[in-house]
Amino acid sequence: MDDRLHQALALLPERLGWHVALSAAALALGLLIALPLGVLAARHPRLRWVSLSLAGLVQTIPSLALLALFFPLLLLLSGLSERMLGHGFSALGFLPSLLALTLYSMLPILRNTAAGLTGVDPAVVEAARGVGMTDRQRLWRVELPLALPVIMAGVRTAAVWTIGAATLSTPVGQTSLGDYIFSGLQTEDWVAVLVGCAASAVLAMAVDQLLGLIESGVGQRNRRRWVAGLAGLAIGLVGALSPLASVALSRGQPGYVIGAKNFSEQYVLAELMAGQLEARGARVERRINLGSAVAYRAVAASEIDAYVDYSGTLWANVLGRKDNPGRQAVLDQLRTGLKDRDGVVLLAPLGFENAYALAMRRDRAESLGIRTLADLAAKGGGLTMGGDLEFFSRPEWTGVEQAYGLKFRARRQFQPTFMYRALASGEADVISAFSSDGRIAADDLVLLGDPKGALPPYDAVILVSPKRAGDRRLIAALSPLAGTIDVKTMQAANYAIDRDAGKVSAAEAAKMLTR
Amino acid sequence: MPAPNALIALEQIGKIYDGAAVLTDASLSIAKGQFVALVGGSGAGKTTLLKTINALIIPTTGRVLIDGQDVAAQPGPALRRRIGYVFQEVGLFPHMTVAQNIGITPSLLDWPADRIAARVDTLLDLVALPRESAARLPAALSGGQRQRVGVARALAAEPSILLMDEPFGALDPVTRVALAQDVRRLHETLGLTTVMVTHDVGEALLTADRIVVLAEGRIIADDTPAALLAGAHSDPRVAALIDAPRRQAEKLARLAQKGGAHG
Repeated sequence: MDDRLHQALALLPERLGWHVALSAAALALGLLIALPLGVLAARHPRLRWVSLSLAGLVQTIPSLALLALFFPLLLLLSGLSERMLGHGFSALGFLPSLLALTLYSMLPILRNTAAGLTGVDPAVVEAARGVGMTDRQRLWRVELPLALPVIMAGVRTAAVWTIGAATLSTPVGQTSLGDYIFSGLQTEDWVAVLVGCAASAVLAMAVDQLLGLIESGVGQRNRRRWVAGLAGLAIGLVGALSPLASVALSRGQPGYVIGAKNFSEQYVLAELMAGQLEARGARVERRINLGSAVAYRAVAASEIDAYVDYSGTLWANVLGRKDNPGRQAVLDQLRTGLKDRDGVVLLAPLGFENAYALAMRRDRAESLGIRTLADLAAKGGGLTMGGDLEFFSRPEWTGVEQAYGLKFRARRQFQPTFMYRALASGEADVISAFSSDGRIAADDLVLLGDPKGALPPYDAVILVSPKRAGDRRLIAALSPLAGTIDVKTMQAANYAIDRDAGKVSAAEAAKMLTR
Repeated sequence: MPAPNALIALEQIGKIYDGAAVLTDASLSIAKGQFVALVGGSGAGKTTLLKTINALIIPTTGRVLIDGQDVAAQPGPALRRRIGYVFQEVGLFPHMTVAQNIGITPSLLDWPADRIAARVDTLLDLVALPRESAARLPAALSGGQRQRVGVARALAAEPSILLMDEPFGALDPVTRVALAQDVRRLHETLGLTTVMVTHDVGEALLTADRIVVLAEGRIIADDTPAALLAGAHSDPRVAALIDAPRRQAEKLARLAQKGGAHG
C-alpha cells in the first residue's frame, strides 16, 4: 500500500505539470476567444443567440467524445499540411486535448460576458455616452469593470470544468492526472485512482479559490485581494510547470515513443518494449491508455513508433475482413496488407494470443461434461451466459452463436471484474474471457475449445510506424521478442498487476516476461 | 426663426420612432446665457428634444446648430464633452469614486491629473459638497448628494452649455428647492446657457427665464414665466398647465395669511 502510494506520487510532478499546462493553455485560449466574442454578442442579439447556441451544443457532446473527435480531424489536417507545406504536426496528445478543452471552456465565459455586459444599468450606459465616451471607452471604463464580477464567475466555472475534463485527455495520448484514473481503473489500483481524483480535485478547488479571491477583490475594489489572487495563480503555474521544464532541458534528442491501449496487458507489453530500448541506451516516451482506434491511427501516422495490437482486431477493423482463413494465414496477409495500406510494419508476433474465448469454472465444466463450444451448444440450454459490456454486440459473439447454435437460459452483462466474481459465485455459468487474462489460471477456469474455428485468431503482434520501419536500433531491440511469450507467462504477468493483493507495477511485471 | 446670435438653434426637428411621430417640426432658438425650461406632460417629447442638442438622439428631420455648426457633422463624443449633461436617473458610475465621477470628462479630454484634482475640489465647493466626499463611492451618498455630484460632473470640463433632464425628479421637496436654487446660482456665476426638462411647472416658472411648452411632439408655447402667468396664451392646454401651480400658490398665500393672523 505504502509502496503503491510511493510509486503513484513519484509520477505526480510530471502528470500534474502537464495537467496544469494543458488546463491553463486551454483556459487562456478560451478566454482569448470567448471574451471578445462575448463583447460582440452583447452588442448584437442575433450573434448572441447563434454563439450561445453553438457553445451550448458543444457542451452537450460528452467531453471524452469531443476529445476523440479532434484526433482524426487533426490527423487529416496534419496530412494536408504535410502535403502542402512540407511538414505536418502532431495530431496526438497536446493539440487535440487543447482544442477540445478550449471549446469546452468557452460556454461559461461567453455566456457570462454577454450576460454581464447586457446587465449593466442602462442609465449608467447612457451617462457614459452623455459624458462624451466613445464606444471603446465606454466598454473599457464602464461596462467591463461593472460586468467583471459576472465575467469572473464564468471564468471560475470554466476553470473548474476544464481542470476536470483535462483528465479525459489521457486516451488521446496526453499525459495528465487522468493517467492515474484510467490505468488505476483498469488494474483496480484504487490508490492510483484516488491519487488522480484527489490531485485534480485539489487543483480545481485551489484555482477556484484563487479566482474567487480575484473576483471579490475586483468587486470590492480591493487591490490587495486581487493582486494576491493573481500572484497565487502565477506562483502555482510556475511551480507546476517547472518539473516539465527541467525534464525538457535534461532531454537531448527526441527518443522513441511507445504506445499502449488502455488495459493491463498493454501496459506490461509497453514496458517490455520500452525496457528493451532503454537497455540499448535509447530514450523512450510512453503514451499509454490510447483509445483502441486511436492507437492504430497513431502508429500509421508515425505519432507513436511501436505498440502491440492483436491480429483479429487488425483483420476486422483495419482490413475490414470477416472471414477466418486460419491463424498463420491471417498473420501473413496482415503483414502485406498493413504494409501496403499504411506502410505499417508487422514486426513480430509475440507468441501468445489474447483471444475472445468462453470460460467456465473447471468443476462446473467437468461435472457437466463440457469441453468445447459444441458441447456447450448441446448441454448449455439451462445455463446463464455472462459477457463484458461490449461482448454481445461484437461480431465474435454473433459468429460463435451462429456457428454452434448456442442457447442459454439467460444472458447478463458485467463490468469485467464483477464478471469473474459472478462466475465464482455461480451467478453466471459461462463468461466471455480474454485468453491471456491472468484470472483464468488464478481462478482455475477452463477455456472451451472452438473446433469449428468460429473465433478469429488474436495473435499479439508488435507494429512499427512507417517512420521507424528502417530504424535499426528499434528493430534490433524489438524483433528478438518474437515468439518469446507463451500464454501462461502472459497470464501470470497480467495477474501480477491485476490481483487485489501484492500488485506490482507494469515495469516489474514486464520483467517476468523476459526471464 | 433662429436668431443670428443664437448659441443653440433647433431647426424644424422631427423624430419618428417605429412609425410614430415623437417630435414634429419643433424649432427653437436659444441665445447665450438663457435658462430655458422645457415643460409638458409625459410623452410630450421634451426629453427627446433635449437629447437632440448633444446628439444622444439623432433627429429624423431637421438639424441642430451649436454656435452655427451642425452637430450632425461632428463626432458625438467630442461634442458631448463640450456640453454638460445631468441625467434624470443621475447615472453616476457605481465603480468610481465621487472624484473619479466628477473628473471623468476632463480625463477623457486628457487633462493633467493635478488640473483634474484642482477642478474636482472647485466643483465640490461649487455644488456645496464636503471635500472629504471625494473618495467615497456613490452608494455611500444620499439622493440629494448624488445629484449634486451629477451636476458637478456635468460642469467639470467647463462647458458653456448645461442640459438637464428632470434633474430633481427623484428628490424630496426640501432638497429639490435647495438644489434648484443652487443650479440657478451656478447658471448665473458661470455664465451658462441652460436647458432643463421638467414636468414640474412651478419649478420651471421659478427657476427659468423662458418656458417652452410641448404637447404631442409640438411646441405650443414659448414665453417668459411672467407672460405665461399673465395668461398670454389662449391654448387651453397651456392654460391648464400654468393654472395648476398658480392656484396652488394662491391657496398657499391665503393659508399663510390666515396662519399669520393666528400668530
